[in-house]
Amino acid sequence: MPAFLASVSSREGMVNAVLAGLLLAAPLIAFTLDEPFYISLATRVAILALAGVGLNLALGYGGMVSFGHAAFFGLGGYVAGIAAFHAFDGSDFIVWPLTLGGTDQLLIIWPLTVLVVAVVAFAIGVISLRTSGVYFIMITLAFAQMIYYLAISIPTYGGEDGLAIYLRNQLPLGDSNDPLTFFFVCYGMLLLALFVSSRLVASPFGVALQCARMNEVRLATMGIAPFPVKLTAFVISGVITGIAGALFADLNGFVGPSMLSWHRSGEIMIFVILGGVGRLFGPLAGAALFILLESLIGGMTDRWQLFLGAILLGVVLFARGGLIGLLAGRARHD
Amino acid sequence: MSVAFLIEQLLNGVQFGVMLFLMAAGLTLVFGVMGLINLAHGSLFMLGAFFCSWIAGITGSFWLGLGGGFLAAAAAGALIEMLVIRRLYDRDHLDQVLATFALILIFSELVRWVFGDQPLYLDIPPLLSGALPLPGGGGYPVYRFAIILAGLATALGLYLLIAKTRLGMRIRAGESDREMIGALGVDIRTLYTAVFALGAALAGFAGGMVGALQSVQVGMGEPVLILAFVVIVIGGIGSVKGALIGSVLVGLTDTLGRVFLPQVFKLVLPASEATAVGSALASVAIYLLMAVILAWRPKGLFPVNA
Amino acid sequence: MNKGLRNLAKGAACGAGLLATLGTAQAEELKIGMITTLSGGGSSLGIDVRDGFLLAVKQSGAGDVEVIVEDDARKPDLAKQIADKFIQRDKVDILTGIIWSNLAMAVVPASVRQGVFYISPNAGPSALAGKGCHENYFNVAWQNDNLHEAMGGYVQANGFKKPFILAPNYPAGKDALTGFKRFYEGDLAGEVYTKLGQTDYAAEIAQIREAKPDSIFFFLPGGMGIAFMKQLAQSGLDTAVFGPAFSFDQGILKAVGDAALGVKNTSQWSKDIDNPANKAFVEAFQAEYGRLPSLYASQGYDAANLILAAKGKAGGAGDKAAFRSALKAADFASVRGPFKFAANHHPVQDIYVREVVKEGEVLTNKIVGVGLQDHANAYVGDCKM
Repeated sequence: MPAFLASVSSREGMVNAVLAGLLLAAPLIAFTLDEPFYISLATRVAILALAGVGLNLALGYGGMVSFGHAAFFGLGGYVAGIAAFHAFDGSDFIVWPLTLGGTDQLLIIWPLTVLVVAVVAFAIGVISLRTSGVYFIMITLAFAQMIYYLAISIPTYGGEDGLAIYLRNQLPLGDSNDPLTFFFVCYGMLLLALFVSSRLVASPFGVALQCARMNEVRLATMGIAPFPVKLTAFVISGVITGIAGALFADLNGFVGPSMLSWHRSGEIMIFVILGGVGRLFGPLAGAALFILLESLIGGMTDRWQLFLGAILLGVVLFARGGLIGLLAGRARHD
Repeated sequence: MSVAFLIEQLLNGVQFGVMLFLMAAGLTLVFGVMGLINLAHGSLFMLGAFFCSWIAGITGSFWLGLGGGFLAAAAAGALIEMLVIRRLYDRDHLDQVLATFALILIFSELVRWVFGDQPLYLDIPPLLSGALPLPGGGGYPVYRFAIILAGLATALGLYLLIAKTRLGMRIRAGESDREMIGALGVDIRTLYTAVFALGAALAGFAGGMVGALQSVQVGMGEPVLILAFVVIVIGGIGSVKGALIGSVLVGLTDTLGRVFLPQVFKLVLPASEATAVGSALASVAIYLLMAVILAWRPKGLFPVNA
Repeated sequence: MNKGLRNLAKGAACGAGLLATLGTAQAEELKIGMITTLSGGGSSLGIDVRDGFLLAVKQSGAGDVEVIVEDDARKPDLAKQIADKFIQRDKVDILTGIIWSNLAMAVVPASVRQGVFYISPNAGPSALAGKGCHENYFNVAWQNDNLHEAMGGYVQANGFKKPFILAPNYPAGKDALTGFKRFYEGDLAGEVYTKLGQTDYAAEIAQIREAKPDSIFFFLPGGMGIAFMKQLAQSGLDTAVFGPAFSFDQGILKAVGDAALGVKNTSQWSKDIDNPANKAFVEAFQAEYGRLPSLYASQGYDAANLILAAKGKAGGAGDKAAFRSALKAADFASVRGPFKFAANHHPVQDIYVREVVKEGEVLTNKIVGVGLQDHANAYVGDCKM
């Protein structure tokens, strides 16, 4: 068991290890049973959990309740989609001031995603972090809505119809079209993000961030300005979610404005809350439960949203601290 | 461009804003008093519209329908307050978001179950049909004037309720110190249920009024909900005055943006491109407005407890 | 779905998709996965497609056809997830059912490349008719531009000189206005793109009044169209209104109310098209579900009959080449009358002009003319199959 899994309480560490193990085992079992659908379902869980890990950094540890993370998720998706579109089309991505063609190489697309999302997250963060509480929730939503409506009305990249990625973007080693390989890529990204999160949270930076959540004034009196700390965390959080978006676009072979919609922001937030706010593996637990419920009940009845709603309501009312809280007890803080 | 056209568009903006105010008033009240973010407010709006349309369909009277929608939403509000919302007051906003999101899913499916899949019909009452002449020619639908009046009357009523009545005094006291008024012997639970039901009833009333203008269908509450949130955030959460001014600002920005942005772009771009670019910008205009206002005044225009 | 069918469906469901197994258990030769919108705002369209489709399957009495239905909640990525499930787990031969273009774009390109057939009962985005066409993709309803093109032709032919046109600002909206202008070549009083999902049209109606057009053409699907028509009627403007069938179809007319009376709308189907297949369909649909069929129900019904006919001809979907050419031959009795596919697998068909009328207390449509005859689509040339 990697050390960072146990960096919390020992019981929570165990729960985390079991979760990580289950997510790894599911597609392997599916592979041996020749049921490729469950590999893609597990991949979906890994990717959406990754998006949640990103949000959890801002929301769980930094107390920044962003209702606009779909903006980063969607932007990541669009970077992957647009690069692939130009590579497929043979046209240029940017003509001026430098010529940049499309590409289908993930090792170029990912850094590009990081760059684009970081710039946008920085811009949104600088303005949004002037506010707090419900105002912060709503201003992040406003920015996401702006990007959403722009994506709908710009015809070059499909508008509301979105963009199809006909061929999944490529890796130098290994075939990304192979479901199991692509799962490992996503799973690896998820573990990496969890590792980075856990290191970050344990670092002096993370302590400052959590202190900023609880009491900004106290942090300021210690001589640390809260604003840059929060902004940095917000940008990192956005970037992680953006990478998840890029992977999601490649998984689906498709990117569209629905990735940017406020429902998506809400869903990512639900993964985090469902799993347990500020719990390292909370987003994984939340995403897994949500996707499983959606797929399972959706297959049984077309009134599935009613049951989904009832279950979500039950979890909020009776399982405080989310799933991880239920399984591993209350968090150390609060 | 005639003066009548300009007046008509200004009226349209104000009317759209007032319509939003009917939604936003309940939302801001509930937030101000109980500190609750209620995403299901849009569902109560939808419920009001469905009941209004259903009762109007049976009785043939819009007014009975409107009353029914108001009462049904109030009853539903009181019910969910006692069953669910009550347990959320001392939770953080995140739990409230998740729980009320779950309520949206439940309400949408229940309404679809009860009323069927197809949109319902609701028409304006004969009394309010027709148009009033505007200076400079053209006419303006009486019903839209009625919405403006209803919104202003609601604003006035809320002001009187909060400033002049005993209930209003308790509401104000609850906003500033909820433990203290509990200690003073006010039954907080009943007070909260009443406030929540009042907010719900306002949403239901808005649903009935607006339902006659648009289509009564599942999901109709969500776009309005987002706009109502924009409104209360611009106005300052908890402030009824802020909600009124915020909603008129949003209404005017949206309406005038839709009309004039494409025209402005026509000065520099070919017609069909100008229409597309202008419309795209118009659809983000209110969010731009909100971002600018919050960047300038991070607690909205009329911050409460400032 | 009738009671028995629905119970059967529930009984067979158990986490394996909503199964509508028909007839006795034989060797399952044809497996069809239907992804459609059964919850939320646009659910009435998906329900009609499903009901029309299942009616045709039931009528055929084919015991070796299995249809699995699942709700996409109008979310592209959920639709994609269900498509993966149907293809990879349930090993379906055919996918069908999607209502919305953006969901079709998420599902169709990847699915047909995996060798699965996709028969579209509704969405027909231009991207899938032109450069993105595929040999396994068939659209049995229309190419998205069709109804708008026919209306453009009709407005032109009837001597209108100054139409005002409007649609939402998204690809289908732009296609609609482009399609209209493809066959209407005169001047416009104005052209406006509205916000997608907009419900208040006071500003646009004022613009229309200001522009003094002699006719209005609009494409505002779903609730948007209901809102627009009601508000237009309340404004007192009495300009002639034209539009595609979507805002004047059976399912929606009741909600629009008398405001719709007299409006001319274009459609490739109407319940009064005079042919035996259509008569039988309208009767059977009413008997089965107790409501009048809609345009969408007719499309679902035709999609199923196309598939069944091809299955009969090719003896199942096992031999893909044979099945494909059987589909392409479209040897079935369409409720629209004569039906054939153009080179890009979209219909060549007559587009009718209907007028909204009252039959007793029920609002419905009757045919008053033909907009375009034997009309294919503008993208046939771009499709290299």
